[in-house]
Amino acid sequence: MQMDLKTVSIDPKRRTFAHVAERIGADKIASRYQEGTFDMQTEGPQHYRPLWDPAHDYFDPDRTKIAMEDWYAFKDPRQYYYGSYVIARSRQQETAESAFTFVESRGLGAAMPDDVRDTALRLLLPLRHVAWGSSMNNETTAAYGYGAAITQGALYYAMDQLGIAQFITRIGLLLDEAECLDTAKDAWLHDDAWQPLRRLVEDLFVEKDWFEVLIAQDLVLDGILYPLIYGEIVDNVLTMKGGSAVSMVCQFQSEWHAEATKWIDAQVKVAAKESDANAELIKGWTSKWRARAVSALLPVAAIALGDGAEAQMDEVLAAFDKRLAKVGAA
Amino acid sequence: MDIAVTKKKKLGLKERYALMTRGLGWEPTYQSVDDVFPMDTFEGIKIHDWDAWEDPFRLTMDAYWKYQAEKERKLYAILDAFAQGNGHLTLSDARYINTVKLFINGLAPLEYMSHRGFAHIGRQFRGVGPRVACMMQSLDEMRHAQTQVHAISNYNRYYDGMANFRHHHTHLPYLQVPRSFFEDAATGGPFEFIVAIGFAFEYVLTNLVFVPFISGAAYNGDMGAMTFGFSAQSDEARHMTLGLEVIKFVLEQDPDNLPIVQKWLNKWTWRGVRVLTLVAMMQDYMLPKRVMSWAEAWEIYFEENCGALFRDLARYGIEVPPCVEQVRKERDHLSHMAWCQFYQARGTSNFHAWLPSKEDMDWLSAKYPDTFDQYYRPRFEYWAKLEEEGTPFEAQTPPQQCQVCQIPTIFPVPGEPLTRAEHTCEHDGERFHFCSEWCQVIFEDEPEKYVQANLGAHELYKGNLFGDADPTAEGFDPMAAAMAFLKLTPAESGLHKDSEDARNFDLWRGLATRNDA
Amino acid sequence: MTETKSTVFLCLQANDDTRGVIDAIERDNEHASFDYQPGMVRITAPGTLTVNRETVEEEVGREFDLQELHINMISLSGHVDEDDDALVLSWDR
Repeated sequence: MQMDLKTVSIDPKRRTFAHVAERIGADKIASRYQEGTFDMQTEGPQHYRPLWDPAHDYFDPDRTKIAMEDWYAFKDPRQYYYGSYVIARSRQQETAESAFTFVESRGLGAAMPDDVRDTALRLLLPLRHVAWGSSMNNETTAAYGYGAAITQGALYYAMDQLGIAQFITRIGLLLDEAECLDTAKDAWLHDDAWQPLRRLVEDLFVEKDWFEVLIAQDLVLDGILYPLIYGEIVDNVLTMKGGSAVSMVCQFQSEWHAEATKWIDAQVKVAAKESDANAELIKGWTSKWRARAVSALLPVAAIALGDGAEAQMDEVLAAFDKRLAKVGAA
Repeated sequence: MDIAVTKKKKLGLKERYALMTRGLGWEPTYQSVDDVFPMDTFEGIKIHDWDAWEDPFRLTMDAYWKYQAEKERKLYAILDAFAQGNGHLTLSDARYINTVKLFINGLAPLEYMSHRGFAHIGRQFRGVGPRVACMMQSLDEMRHAQTQVHAISNYNRYYDGMANFRHHHTHLPYLQVPRSFFEDAATGGPFEFIVAIGFAFEYVLTNLVFVPFISGAAYNGDMGAMTFGFSAQSDEARHMTLGLEVIKFVLEQDPDNLPIVQKWLNKWTWRGVRVLTLVAMMQDYMLPKRVMSWAEAWEIYFEENCGALFRDLARYGIEVPPCVEQVRKERDHLSHMAWCQFYQARGTSNFHAWLPSKEDMDWLSAKYPDTFDQYYRPRFEYWAKLEEEGTPFEAQTPPQQCQVCQIPTIFPVPGEPLTRAEHTCEHDGERFHFCSEWCQVIFEDEPEKYVQANLGAHELYKGNLFGDADPTAEGFDPMAAAMAFLKLTPAESGLHKDSEDARNFDLWRGLATRNDA
Repeated sequence: MTETKSTVFLCLQANDDTRGVIDAIERDNEHASFDYQPGMVRITAPGTLTVNRETVEEEVGREFDLQELHINMISLSGHVDEDDDALVLSWDR
């Protein structure tokens, strides 16, 4: 029996799942992002309280002071579900891979002026620990946040930061011997220049309000760090001094941050718009962590910029503060 | 300037991966390590050297993105083709669709739970190696939850019983069996969670889930489910390896860990097998074209494979969980009892039930020569007679459920098929009921946990299933209010032969295979 | 008590990508048996099972990264030891 099923036209009984239809309308075709995100997390009564946090339900909106009428108001402007996320990243990693191959095969690392390479290594390699810290802090949101929408984005962010920590590790292995990673970790643990930043990251490890962690890490710290380190120092200052190879192998970070900014801005904006109480919390957290991030990043920027660090920071902050105002965080 | 290019020594996979993962971590000094990782000690598991952790697979993120993207591209291409070509009409029989319903209602939400559970322990273990492995598994589990929803989305457009899977998973009594299982694991400590899910479920029992569902899909013409099943399994291979590594690691760290791990293995093997009751039933009764019986799958995937595993773990002093003896005794009863239960209570589930045909029953007799003809065939034949006479049998009252596994207490005393097992105990002046000795043991170890469980029948009597309806209003119909709250429509339950799904499938397939003038 | 040699297994999707891998496994593991089921092959072997990168490369005629196995792997049992040159499953330690 041969049948050509494509030629049969039958009417579907419904267009999507009931909980999705409730949000988008029963006559709409749902996207894969919507079907894979809306209401994926259990809401309502749960069977047991966690042994590791008996004061809360397993899924509990009270793990942050931020309050939302609907936790699915958080949307990912990139509309990432797992499939579209890994496909986007696989394209970016392919580009990054070509950059690493290009720099390696042409010996561009060795061709760089020694002082530029040295500066790049001293500046970038300890940042692998910062990226790992950012990964952990986003894992906090992925684990204890509320609603599948924002936790999903946070998990992707956490994995991206792990990926970035690994790309930075590769830069070390490309430009130097493996021992350079030990040297960098030693600097991270002991050098004065890195201590305020390390203290900040470690303080976030013990912060309990996941939304505050998200603000401090993704909006504030990464929001200043990426434009300053990758945007200004790597892409401009080091490149001008003959270090364009470094800029090439950092391309993933620059592109990634431009994209991640869209995500975190959208989350903050929605939360701040929800209520005055939310907006006040967000503004308070932003100003608290902004001050700390600035003083923690200045000595790091000085590794490459010396006395010029402050001026460069001011430039970055001018743009950053505009961004904060736009999302309702200032 | 020295431009001599010196060839650097190439690092091996293991060395390189160590630099890319555990090399990233450091011991915090501005905050205490115990404050940064506050949850990985309270269970009493002693870890002296987190660096002794052996990474199971060594995928860095770049390789992960690359390979996973390739899997996803392939998978979605097939899902699209299956949907566009009305692939659901190539199924062996409309009854098969009920296994898809069981899958999305019972299993897909667990994948989401697993994603969050692994995110939690991926934050909590103080060793970087296991944390990275758990993060990656968390991401994989998100994949499984979403690909299942996406693959089944097209079925939902044409058939009933799937549209409210999210609400039903949270509220329908029968779905509290899988839901409470997973919530039990997730609300345990991080080590218990990974032993329960990473080891007992993923390693010991995963093949018993995989073979029935995926091979079942393949045998019954469901290309979409077969493809996502295979594709998900490619991640499971990594997860199983993680589960085994965790067990070895924990047992090697300190001899005091042995009794704790053994207790969890006993508990979670039993909890897992109880949940698999649904799979056993699906395998023996719900697949129109059957792959192998539950009894056969148990022999291959538990007795044979896990035999090897437990022989290996014996070096640490691990023993086969004692409940396995009872599982063996129940092996030839499990699926029959479960299907009888669902048939009787078909008004309260969101998939359809039917009686096995004569041919089905002959297959069951052949697969279960010691039990089927003696205990179950007569019952099915009697119920078939009632159906013929237009008075099909249906249970009217909600059954008593086990306080731990939440399955109705339908199981017989091991070795005495005609005597129903009764296990009860008193706690804080209240009496609790169990399906078995093993569920009672689990309860008595942590009564303060299991007294919290929401049991379907109790919730009904407590008035928690009426939604906004006012029970004091005149003419209040509690059953109708409960059905409205549960969002359970008559189209979703009842007998398959009377269902719209069966009618539509025949109609649509007819359209596809005939040339109407 | 009888001494039982524990069996390891590796299930792969049976498709064009894995044909060469399966052939390589067959060449390097005389003691293995191959059970073809719909869409997959289940390879079992007493004791150990080895996938060698070099043999796979000979079979597929190109460079092969053993991690490519992840794409088509369905299930396995035994302890895994993976490096650049071989993936070994075994119960012997």
